[in-house]
Amino acid sequence: MLPWSTVTDPILRQNPVTLQILGICSALAVTTTLAAAATMAAALTVVIVCAAAIISLLRNHLPSSIRLIMQIIIVASLVIVVDQLLQAYFYEMSQRLSVFVSLIATNCVVLGRTESFALHNRPLPAMADALGNGLGYSLVLIILGSLRELFGRGTLLGYEVLRTVEQGGWFEPLNLMLLAPSAFFLLGGLVWAIRSWRTEQVETSEFGLTRVKEPGS
Amino acid sequence: MNELASLFIRSAFVENMPLTLFLGLCTFLALSRRPGTAVGLGIAVIAVMGVTVPVNHLLYQFVLAPGAWTWAGLPDLDLSYLRLLTFIGVVSAAVQLVEMVLDRYLPALITTFGVFLSLLAVHCAILGGSLFMADRSYNLAESAVFGLGSGTGFAVAVIMLSAIRRRLVYADLPAGLQGLGIAFILTGMMSLGFSTFAQMALP
Repeated sequence: MLPWSTVTDPILRQNPVTLQILGICSALAVTTTLAAAATMAAALTVVIVCAAAIISLLRNHLPSSIRLIMQIIIVASLVIVVDQLLQAYFYEMSQRLSVFVSLIATNCVVLGRTESFALHNRPLPAMADALGNGLGYSLVLIILGSLRELFGRGTLLGYEVLRTVEQGGWFEPLNLMLLAPSAFFLLGGLVWAIRSWRTEQVETSEFGLTRVKEPGS
Repeated sequence: MNELASLFIRSAFVENMPLTLFLGLCTFLALSRRPGTAVGLGIAVIAVMGVTVPVNHLLYQFVLAPGAWTWAGLPDLDLSYLRLLTFIGVVSAAVQLVEMVLDRYLPALITTFGVFLSLLAVHCAILGGSLFMADRSYNLAESAVFGLGSGTGFAVAVIMLSAIRRRLVYADLPAGLQGLGIAFILTGMMSLGFSTFAQMALP
């Protein structure tokens, strides 16, 4: 029986982005609007689940000397399929995402999970683990995407939420939210928030200050 | 000549890979704890990008681009959907080759950054450089300059970040910000600084 925690653990407790610094490479650039972030998240989740299933099925037939290149080829082929599907059915969105869909192929979340989990487990647990990691990644992307779109443009998914000054409302859009630095600040804040809540994720500092017992007390 | 110089400046600073395009962030954050490793990583990225972007350009132009097979009587053949697989293959092969050459002639160097070399096979900035080259249809000289420029930009950024993090090891940060959190915020500040390059008038 499949433990439910395989799916739920990576979403918050073992989140691949905020805990393991995996997969942020291609993620941040697409979070200026919620729609783009959601498309990217869906594409990644599909790729990682399919890749985990295929690699897990092949795991007993892959010689370990060529396993990395085989994994890269499987992932890249899946990415090509997803990219072609996006171009066929959501052409405008695929133009906006440009090279970032292709870059899922080098996304460390995908390769990290297939290498460390799918290669050693049966297909069903491997897919569950991949789904959990995909959802954890999607969660971070969707939080960032909605914050940036809401405060940068006053809209969510293109619908007006906060009426901007130009439209005769009160909200002055924060242009910084649409630029690169805000994504880093938001992600830093998100990491801080998660680690203040889940204190076991805090990194110990190499040379940090520690309280010492005063002599004689 | 002037255009190539301005392309170099633009790819290194205005469109800096990690700071404005968010590419290669995994290694950027993971390997910037010490300046020594950051310098090794920077040199390796410059070398690999300087080689792979022009090689991929040649492959793309003569094998994959639409119409590349006109001489063989196949003018409608469009293999450009294979570019992702081809580019990944070339990057991994180039990384392997650089590793073997270094192993043979400069074994001292490989002990300094041997581990990062194999990591570069799945480095988003390197693959991204090749994909951008195909998207923007650069010619051969432009793609060589673009590869070197982007690599230099990555090296400059990672060395700067490692120097700042080195200064911060004694800082008394809030527990939740320790490590990754503060690295993101520092990167954001560096990214703000680099965004001023966008205003710069290029020759």
